[in-house]
Amino acid sequence: MQALYGQLLVGLINGSFYALLSLGLAVIFGLVNVVNFAHGALYMTGAFLAWFGMSQLGIGYWPALLLSPLATGLLGMVVERTMLRRLYQLDNLYGLLLTFGLTLIIEGLFHHAYGNSGSSYPVPEALQGGANLGFMYLPRYRAWVVLVSLVVCFGSWFVIERTRLGAYLRAGTENPRLLQAFGVNVPLMMTLTFGFGVALAGFAGVMAAPIYQVSPSMGSSLIIVVFAVVVVGGMGSILGSIVTGFGLGLVEGLTKYLYPPAASTVVFVIMAVVLLFRPAGLFGRER
Amino acid sequence: MSVPGIQESRTAWRLGIITPGRKRAFFIAMGLLGLALPLAVYPVFLMNVLCMALFASAFNLLLGYTGLLSFGHAAFLGSAGYVTGHVLKAWGWPPEAGLLAGTLVATLLGLVIGGLAIRRSGIYFAMITLGFAQMLYFLAVQLPFTGGEDGLQGIPRGTLFGLVPLDRPLTLYYVVYAIFLLGFFVIYRTIHSPFGHVLRSIRENEPRALSLGYDVDRYKLVAFVISAGLSGLAGSTKALVLQFATLTDSHWHKSGEVVLMTLLGGMGTVMGPSVGALVVVTMDNYLSGVGDWVTVIIGSVFVVGVLAFRRGFVGEALHLARNFPF
Repeated sequence: MQALYGQLLVGLINGSFYALLSLGLAVIFGLVNVVNFAHGALYMTGAFLAWFGMSQLGIGYWPALLLSPLATGLLGMVVERTMLRRLYQLDNLYGLLLTFGLTLIIEGLFHHAYGNSGSSYPVPEALQGGANLGFMYLPRYRAWVVLVSLVVCFGSWFVIERTRLGAYLRAGTENPRLLQAFGVNVPLMMTLTFGFGVALAGFAGVMAAPIYQVSPSMGSSLIIVVFAVVVVGGMGSILGSIVTGFGLGLVEGLTKYLYPPAASTVVFVIMAVVLLFRPAGLFGRER
Repeated sequence: MSVPGIQESRTAWRLGIITPGRKRAFFIAMGLLGLALPLAVYPVFLMNVLCMALFASAFNLLLGYTGLLSFGHAAFLGSAGYVTGHVLKAWGWPPEAGLLAGTLVATLLGLVIGGLAIRRSGIYFAMITLGFAQMLYFLAVQLPFTGGEDGLQGIPRGTLFGLVPLDRPLTLYYVVYAIFLLGFFVIYRTIHSPFGHVLRSIRENEPRALSLGYDVDRYKLVAFVISAGLSGLAGSTKALVLQFATLTDSHWHKSGEVVLMTLLGGMGTVMGPSVGALVVVTMDNYLSGVGDWVTVIIGSVFVVGVLAFRRGFVGEALHLARNFPF
């Protein structure tokens, strides 16, 4: 039983990252209509910035939690302004190809600078240790990750679905031209939205740094799984991508307990099943 | 998906830059060049180019002519290589049976993956194919017969049809060249058949093709299966040439590389993918000394290609020819 709870916790942690990343992808796709392949690479960048700040500049975990997403988001905005913007009038597959090229550049640079091996990042002092819940041992940092990602996810959902700013965002998703005619600066909004989505990836990277090894390839394998999560959940709804992210993380954890060799492929098997029975995704709308 | 290369070649036809006579002369010249090249250039390098050119041409059938961006074509290249390698090495099959087995497995995989992936289109299609390719990659890491991280080494080349020993590089080259021409011919005929025209109509306007009574999904699936099968043929041939099959050919980098080849050469053009393959394989070859910078350079080429060079070499050439008619 201990092992089952342990694996479910690992699943919940993975699910937190799936949810954070697919949320960012969904927000970007909604307004900017680009599937950001570089999302994984930017998640890795976020983790590396935190690690670099800690080991070279003496910046701790807490400031990094704010600074690293800011820096990553800024990088994203520069990319949007200088490159992605030129592709908006074309098919959105070109955006995928461009961000794929960027992924290769970012990962190649980090591979060159830091090699293939990972570096570890210490758990912040306030969150060390854990609690014995009776049926299992819960490390404090892991509880923190799940909690924060839930708060961030539902916070984003609230902002998008319940506030004025979110209303602009949804209006832009439906009809950007009309929104612009009403005097809203849509191009600026697109830049900021892309920056926000990317900052979420950077934020997830900092959160992940103390759990996983900080390594140049930490993002690329993750992003492909997140794509599968997005296909299963459908990018139409914010809430859907959050629920699917956590759900698939849990299923993965359960598989690791029941039949470990299938753990790496189970998400794709679920993707196949969903495509068979609900091609638009669990929460997606039919076109 | 809008494909700039097609418009260029259509204009070139209309303006009389491409004529049936010129086209025939061009293909004969290219064919002869292919026969003579191994006398001047290292055959193994050429065979690698030919395999990749076939792979990219098969991929272009999907991207350039059907408008479907598959981001998981490495799955077919890689798995066919493993199957061919395994039946040649462990079961001692003759090379022709090995090539056939690899191609067949890739075709079947194409049927399954394609059947699922065409249920969505556009950006989702790309993500789904990428997902399935990643699943096969994980399987290749775990399954016992693929050799995991080491891959399959020392695959025997054997004797073709029991008559032609494939040990000499030059003999092998001409066999590979024949395979390439066969695959290229299949693609060429597919593109220029009534079937190919339906594919193009799907790419241009899917709802209209559907309303004209074409079973769009079936056409897409058949195109996907042909593309997967020929990618498999390329992978099998590659395993025979290089005598190894490794995880590299199944990795998503490879799926991206074939997109790059097609983009650089000119998607939607007959010769484009082959030109792109030549460029990318040459680049890989000469850049192998710079280590991780290869990825950075390939990525930069990708970014520049998407931003400023969407017609590709062949598309640009056709575009130039429009302004300088001869």
